[in-house]
Amino acid sequence: MNTLQRILALAVKELLAVLRDKKSRFVLIGPPIAQLIIFGYAATFDLNDIPLAVYNEDRSVPSRELVARITGSPHFQLVATIDHDGQIAPLIDNRKALMVLHLGPRFSENLKRGKPAPAQVIIDGRNSNTALLTLGYLRTIFTDFNIAWAREHGTPPPPAILKIRPWYNENLLSRWFIVPGIVGLLTLVVTTIVTGLSVAREREAGTFDQLLVTPLRPVEILIGKSVPGILIGLIEGTFILLMAIYWFEVPLRGSLGALYLGMFLFLLSAVGIGLMISSLAVTQQQGILGAFLFLVPAVILSGFATPISNMPEFVQQLTLINPMRYFLIILRGVFLEGDSYALLFNQYWPMLIIAIVTLAMAGWLFRHRMN
Amino acid sequence: MDSTAALVFEDVSKTFAAGGLSVRALDHVSIKTRPGLVTGLIGPDSAGKTTLMRLATGLLLPDSGSIHALGIDVLQRPLEVQSSVGYMPQRFGLYEDLTVQENLDLYADLQGVAPADRPARYRELMHMTGLAPFTRRLAGRLSGGMKQKLGLACTLVQPPRLLLLDEPTVGVDPVSRRELWAIVYRQVRDEGMSVLLSTAYLDEAERCDDVILMHAGRRLGQGTPASFSEPMRGRSFHVTAPSLGKRSLQTRLSGVPGIVDAIIEGEQVRVVTSAAGLPALPDIPDLTTSAAEPDFEDAFIAILKGDQSGATPAAATLDSHRVAQSAADKAVIEVRDLQRRFGDFHAVKAVSFSVQRGEIFGLLGANGAGKTTTFRMLCGLLPVSAGEVHVAGLDLRHAAARVRGRLGYMAQRFSLYADLTVLQNLRFFASAYGLNRRRSKQRISWSLDAFELEDYANARSADLPLGYKQRLAMAAALMHEPDILFLDEPTSGVDPLARREFWQHINALAEAGVTVLVTTHFMDEANYCDRLVIMAEGEVLAEGTPADMKARCRSKETPDPTMEDAFIALIEAHENTRKASAA
Amino acid sequence: MKPGAAKRMRLAGMIRKESLQILRDPSSIAIAFVMPVVLLLLFGYGVSLDARKVPLAMVVEQPDASTASLIGAFRHSEYFEPQSFDSIQTAQQAFDLHEVFGIVWLRNDFSRRLLAEGDAPIGVIVNGVDANQARITGGYIQGVWQAWLADYARRHGVKLRAPVMLEPRIWFNAAVRSRNFLVPGLIAVIMTLIGAMLTSMVVAREWERGTMEALMVTPIRIGELVIGKLVPYFLLGMGGMLLSVAMALWQFDVPLRGSFWVLTAASALFMLVALGMGLLLSVVAKNQFVAGQVSIVVTFLPAFILSGFIFSIGSMPEPIQWITYLIPARYYVAILQSLFLAGDIWPIVLSNSAALLVMMVIFLGLARRKFHKRLDA
Repeated sequence: MNTLQRILALAVKELLAVLRDKKSRFVLIGPPIAQLIIFGYAATFDLNDIPLAVYNEDRSVPSRELVARITGSPHFQLVATIDHDGQIAPLIDNRKALMVLHLGPRFSENLKRGKPAPAQVIIDGRNSNTALLTLGYLRTIFTDFNIAWAREHGTPPPPAILKIRPWYNENLLSRWFIVPGIVGLLTLVVTTIVTGLSVAREREAGTFDQLLVTPLRPVEILIGKSVPGILIGLIEGTFILLMAIYWFEVPLRGSLGALYLGMFLFLLSAVGIGLMISSLAVTQQQGILGAFLFLVPAVILSGFATPISNMPEFVQQLTLINPMRYFLIILRGVFLEGDSYALLFNQYWPMLIIAIVTLAMAGWLFRHRMN
Repeated sequence: MDSTAALVFEDVSKTFAAGGLSVRALDHVSIKTRPGLVTGLIGPDSAGKTTLMRLATGLLLPDSGSIHALGIDVLQRPLEVQSSVGYMPQRFGLYEDLTVQENLDLYADLQGVAPADRPARYRELMHMTGLAPFTRRLAGRLSGGMKQKLGLACTLVQPPRLLLLDEPTVGVDPVSRRELWAIVYRQVRDEGMSVLLSTAYLDEAERCDDVILMHAGRRLGQGTPASFSEPMRGRSFHVTAPSLGKRSLQTRLSGVPGIVDAIIEGEQVRVVTSAAGLPALPDIPDLTTSAAEPDFEDAFIAILKGDQSGATPAAATLDSHRVAQSAADKAVIEVRDLQRRFGDFHAVKAVSFSVQRGEIFGLLGANGAGKTTTFRMLCGLLPVSAGEVHVAGLDLRHAAARVRGRLGYMAQRFSLYADLTVLQNLRFFASAYGLNRRRSKQRISWSLDAFELEDYANARSADLPLGYKQRLAMAAALMHEPDILFLDEPTSGVDPLARREFWQHINALAEAGVTVLVTTHFMDEANYCDRLVIMAEGEVLAEGTPADMKARCRSKETPDPTMEDAFIALIEAHENTRKASAA
Repeated sequence: MKPGAAKRMRLAGMIRKESLQILRDPSSIAIAFVMPVVLLLLFGYGVSLDARKVPLAMVVEQPDASTASLIGAFRHSEYFEPQSFDSIQTAQQAFDLHEVFGIVWLRNDFSRRLLAEGDAPIGVIVNGVDANQARITGGYIQGVWQAWLADYARRHGVKLRAPVMLEPRIWFNAAVRSRNFLVPGLIAVIMTLIGAMLTSMVVAREWERGTMEALMVTPIRIGELVIGKLVPYFLLGMGGMLLSVAMALWQFDVPLRGSFWVLTAASALFMLVALGMGLLLSVVAKNQFVAGQVSIVVTFLPAFILSGFIFSIGSMPEPIQWITYLIPARYYVAILQSLFLAGDIWPIVLSNSAALLVMMVIFLGLARRKFHKRLDA
């Protein structure tokens, strides 16, 4: 009874202290909103308005039609029309155009005779990702052109056209991938910083000694300090969740309960890590640095922006101890794939283990450091 | 303007905006300091001393008024002033990761000391400060007093015509303080320097040639120290009454109309009256009175209390304070062969003492003497390396949580939750100490009442005036009616009036049977203790009553030694024996 | 003493002091040399857009020679790791559990309808959650399919009709390695962080430790103070830059096609911008905690997201594109990606350097203006 009362009092005090301090209030509100907007809008791999230059030596109707198909697509934008070879290099080099489409003088002649008509495409490979995506867009346009050409000219259409159907995100919108990830990213950042600084803040203010001379036991102090971190994380997570659903219009197809179970386990492990930082950091400066040192690798190695499967084998093994890795799968699973508890079981238990280990280590460090 | 004055302020005001409130740091201040003298700028915290110094060096701009340093207009030509004035800020910016020599070199470069002149100047400064053996040591590895002396040396590397020192002696042990003063006077004598020095130690005022008294942003007076204390002749008295005890006597006397101040000084109570002669005193059988030599502090208190309307609040009494009677005749704190090591460093070596119930027990010592380490071990904040500690009859190592439930603790700095309101802080500590709802309601309302915090109940603790913060900290420490109260330098940075009020509370608690353990570096406060130990280098040098301590160093040269004299004598004797044994 | 000599002496004194502090303080050495290595390794290996060994479920309803050869084609591609499944149901279970990224479903009439007109008798499903990965993988599947198909047709003496043939040529990065563009961009991000963190902490540290007040009352001029602080940290930052370039060349095998000296000059310019930004932050914040935190928020994150280092600026919404013009890393990323992969493309180097120069003047000028020898301004 007494223990409960003391923990409750400590938790209430922690919450009040965080919410009444201007600086921490800012940390809770400012960066999350800014990041939500920046990530939500700027972090996209989808390409629009790819600058395109056309070098058309043919100037016949079919070649113009092909060019029109490309320039008419929302992905491309014509920035230059050129008329000799020497102009290609400067356009690409200076990044005026990301690609140049070159149709030779015999393009339509070949086409009409049923010979293969080559269309040369030069792509700036400095950014390999945009180069590959551009190529993908072009392939689709060329295939469509070929089908249409065949239909119009009564020749049989090209055989064996492979259609790839993406499931869960039919239009391949990057935003559907990134925005659910932000829920995990921001709850992790906020929770780690709130709990990571909580002891250091008291150490700096000198209140930690005051706390230690009360009959509060170390375990009670730890629990009292984790409750606000979890609460704030849940509130922050819910806010971003709502923004994802109603502002960014990402479909929520699975079970909300399964998502919150994941969020709770994730927050437990984040709090465990935050408290570990907390028991090690003497000053808030060190706390921030510690949080930063944990957060950067945790985000990079979570699959937030780039897939874990692309990493070298050793790094992939390393991601197994990263709680964010599991939560991101839960988030995207629930949002887009419509997952429920059973399918996510393999994500829950690793987080539970991480939470138990980090909390236990935080408890041990905390006792150890006090002596 | 007066060309013979070193520093002239004419009708200067300066206001700061802090948290929506504007604070008037200086309020139409005019001062003039004479050249070739040491002028003391005396006043409690937040009197405006630092603001005045910063204005004089052009680091701040006044709202109105004019400032001339060495005849140069500070507002118009700040760079010129900065080239000819030496200024040592309160926390002097030594680069702790540079050596003593490198710090000196930097300031010599910045001050434009010609390379040819440097060796001689360095030699002189190093000799004067006693830092010569340490030139290759990192500044961060120096002791507090040595750092302060190095700061002074850096300021003096190019001898300025006007030297401004902002609280140079704060946090410095009495021995180093004496040395610092010696260096300052030597500069005045040899270089004809003018010095303006601010301090919150009232006893230092007597060492100045001229004194400017400041309070709450206003100049209250200026003159020689004697010109302040002389008018007090006939208003200072010593009073004793063995039958009553010094504390009860002090409490009785402070209520008497016509008495401005009553403080404990050794076994006597020192009384300052509002007019010459003693007023009618309460009827106490063995009461004896005698005239006392007036000092600067008497004048300071008289002026300040005259300045401040309203009486100081009555001392807090503990409602229904129940102290375990069974422990009455046993020692409440029992320390035997206490030791603490940090790696190779032996911070506390075999310290033993015991404290009886209801006693005020002091731990005195310079920085690094081991008093804070000892103190932290006693409250269970630091594990003991070896030795035994019993607090309230319980072994600290086995029943830490139960011991903690019976002790109250007040840290050096204000250390409650600054962002929480007064009421939220009190509620938190009531719960942390496990008081039930009824009891906690009762105790909170007692706290608000006894420490006059009702008006501030919903104010953010950080916004409280310093004196009220102190009260809040004490209320929190007393929330669970502890048997033992631990106070770690509770009055550092608190002005003399608030300090008096604070000690009244402590006295009342001791009267009610609470045991108080206190560390302090104010030597006059040691007088308030029943018994004390003086520590140096982790050892206890002496234990006894304040009178015992003073008696030890009584000699022909010092027939009436102060606590500070006693302290310095002990430390010096200790140094000598150490040197002798080393040799 | 002559004013010029006094000025030189003050400047030399400041520079010596800062250098000594750097040498004694392990944290600034760590920021300049350890952080780039750690971040480059972390990002260089952790951030990759190159799909390798993507697990694919192959469902073959009627195995025969042609299906086996198609599976063989997938198996031989470095991009895929095909796994065989008996039925579409079991494949879909594996798909739901993320054991496979996509399903290739060869229907029972696969071989018969293979060269018929129109759609192929093959269904391909990929997990579209990660849209980028889905697109890239889709492209690879198309590549394998078309190569196999051409080969198959040739062996069966059938001429494939494809009126227009796409002949792509990818310049500068023929192997389309994402590392080749990510690593140069990373250098920009890391340099931003180092420059801003180094200076933002060092000036704020002087405020906190009270050393600034003592410095201010010496005859030192603000300009001298600023230069005295910049010179040592500039050299330190350039050391970190060289280390990063060396790692890019020898650890990550990124080619450097432009001139090393142009790279050094552009980096020096950018270093000054980053230092100026940090200086401005610390002058305004006067507190290590705030300066450190703000420097992470206003320099690192924008440099990461808005510089074009990983997400292309041209695809961002218009208002966010405007914001990117304020991010110095944007210009440096453009210079670096060209210098490393394309060579000394002068129009890019010069125009972006001009932008950096303007930003340097603005940041250093603002820092100089905001930096007063007074405590209340």
